[in-house]
Amino acid sequence: MSIATTAQAPAKSGRGTLYRGNEGMWSWVGHRITGVVIFFFLLVHVLDTALVRVSPEAYDAVIGTYQNPVMAVGEVGLVAAIVFHAFNGLRIILVDFWKGGTKYHKQMLWAVLILWVVTIAAFSIRHLSLAFGGH
Amino acid sequence: MSTVTEAAEPASKVDLGTQGGGSGEIQSFDVTLKVRRYLPETSEESYWDEWTVTMYGTDRVLDALHKVKWEIDGTLSFRRSCAHGICGSDAMRINGRNRLACKTLLKDLDLSKPILVEPIKGLPVEKDLIVDMDPFFQSYREIMPFLINKGPEPTKERLQSQEDRARYDDTTKCILCAACTSSCPVFWTDGQYFGPAAIVNAHRFIFDSRDDAGDLRLEVLNDKEGVWRCRTTFNCSEACPRGIQVTKAIAEVKQAVLNRTF
Repeated sequence: MSIATTAQAPAKSGRGTLYRGNEGMWSWVGHRITGVVIFFFLLVHVLDTALVRVSPEAYDAVIGTYQNPVMAVGEVGLVAAIVFHAFNGLRIILVDFWKGGTKYHKQMLWAVLILWVVTIAAFSIRHLSLAFGGH
Repeated sequence: MSTVTEAAEPASKVDLGTQGGGSGEIQSFDVTLKVRRYLPETSEESYWDEWTVTMYGTDRVLDALHKVKWEIDGTLSFRRSCAHGICGSDAMRINGRNRLACKTLLKDLDLSKPILVEPIKGLPVEKDLIVDMDPFFQSYREIMPFLINKGPEPTKERLQSQEDRARYDDTTKCILCAACTSSCPVFWTDGQYFGPAAIVNAHRFIFDSRDDAGDLRLEVLNDKEGVWRCRTTFNCSEACPRGIQVTKAIAEVKQAVLNRTF
């Protein structure tokens, strides 16, 4: 056995590491984050839609403020969150209820991500060309 | 000893490899071990401690910890009993993932960086890598991990077909090391959750044809803190040192609860 060297300078600082989970954990994190994002959107959405009960003019004024480039990009983000949450939600249902779900959960996650990219690409082209390219 | 030439030994049935045995031929390398330490007698704060030790290609993380404890710093504390992957004492977080220190070979890790060793998450740390396992075993007790059979006791063993035995074979492998339960993000934030290990051990009896208390266990697990807390992150299946398909077992218990309810 050889002599060991000691680095006796305890680094007092530094926190513990992040748990290095795999696909399953990160899809769950993504599902949580998109879920919270969608919740806050729905909160605002219920409020602005309820404005139509106050007066149609107030509703139009609020909806009018959304018609700008920043919101257009934000809407792409919102749709991205919703589409991921929707496809991954179907994957979670399959994991729970389909017999082979736990065996193929990784393949299903890749399918979710491919579907997600395709959907968002198509939506972005349509949405951003409408928002920025004039009508 | 006779001087007569002995008959040549028959060829070995075991492939010894071309390198041969001798410990001198096993490659050695320097390993930097970074351990998350907590010494409640001296400080409330935990911190990283670091040692560089020379180890061999056949050594495991546990051997490196032993070397530090036996030769450098005797205050380093960790649990281990059998040191051969059976007792389940030395589950710890190695490079961010739950592993048994006695089953993790150093040569399989990235040795260009320090090896990070931390206690398992979600259970109170008592000292260094030692955590309080009581909450873990409390959940285990609650699912009644023993055979319950209401019939008269047979004079011979309770027979079971091979198919019936195979039904729960995977979950008999559990060694209660807590690697699965302490890899679960739900368990980290909700210590009331039964956790994968308790559900795995419930599965072992729920699907045992000789056991009569499956309904009782399903009732225990059909709880807010039971199987429905599982969010299928698959961390437990990845962490299990025995290769148990933990998430699959939990899914089967979920199905069993549903089939019983309706």
